[in-house]
Amino acid sequence: MSEKGATAAGVSPVRALVAGHGDFAAGLVSAVQQITGRGDVFRAVSARDLSGVDLEALIDRSLTETGAVVVFTDLQAGSCTMAARRLTRNRPNVVLVAGANLPMLLDFVFADNVPPVEAARHAMERGRDAIGAIGDRK
Amino acid sequence: MSLVLYRIDDRLIHGQVVVGWGQPLDIRFIVLVDDEVARSEWEQELYRMGTPPEMDVYFHSVDDAAQALSKYREDERPGILLTGDVASMLRLVKQANSEVREVNVGGIHHRSDRKQRLRYVFLSPSEEQLLRELSDAGASVTAQDVPATHPVELSELLASEAGVQ
Repeated sequence: MSEKGATAAGVSPVRALVAGHGDFAAGLVSAVQQITGRGDVFRAVSARDLSGVDLEALIDRSLTETGAVVVFTDLQAGSCTMAARRLTRNRPNVVLVAGANLPMLLDFVFADNVPPVEAARHAMERGRDAIGAIGDRK
Repeated sequence: MSLVLYRIDDRLIHGQVVVGWGQPLDIRFIVLVDDEVARSEWEQELYRMGTPPEMDVYFHSVDDAAQALSKYREDERPGILLTGDVASMLRLVKQANSEVREVNVGGIHHRSDRKQRLRYVFLSPSEEQLLRELSDAGASVTAQDVPATHPVELSELLASEAGVQ
């Protein structure tokens, strides 16, 4: 895949965007940084006080600048998800995962030997499996 | 119950609407009134995908919405009606024979011809005029992004400067 071989000096380490309301994205990325030291795998995008048009432009520009093709967002109906869905019309290679959580992003960070799109699918499953109620004995 | 919120929001369906208002008001349907979206299957599919399974979405042009409004107002379920701009809401309200008593300004964001009034409201001079006309048409206009914040009266909104709130 084209993702391979991006090892030349100056190539962005960013492999995915994290986008959401308020400080959701920056918060998750800072948690990834604290746990793994690899917060640089993500670029955080905030929807705060942007119109849908401006938000779409911001995500689009972030994808171009970083070369990332994966976008993690916070909420199915959220404006970041809507904006990202909108731009997949012109970027059919972009993979969008809505409902991101910390276990999901941690899995993605460590799957650095597979193409980002594959890593995103694996991370999505892992993030889903990581949800559970503590002490809930059925 | 019928339509419990008439909202102007340039993001149309998004988190503040389906979760922020949708949860506390137990919203079961959304009437999305936008001429452009009403013409585009692709746009409609996008908004359908963004809507939780417990809510129905109906798409209308402004003129169609005016015709269908009484049907939605008689619906037993609580619903939200959305337009993406002030002009569409005004056209609807004028055609609706004072059925719409309250209009919520939920989000009109930065554009070069607009001046910031609140954190989430930017208005051009013509939009300010249209809001006054909405008020003159019998609708009480307030700005409020989510239920937990205070509604801002139209007079206060038009008098406020950037950075207020």
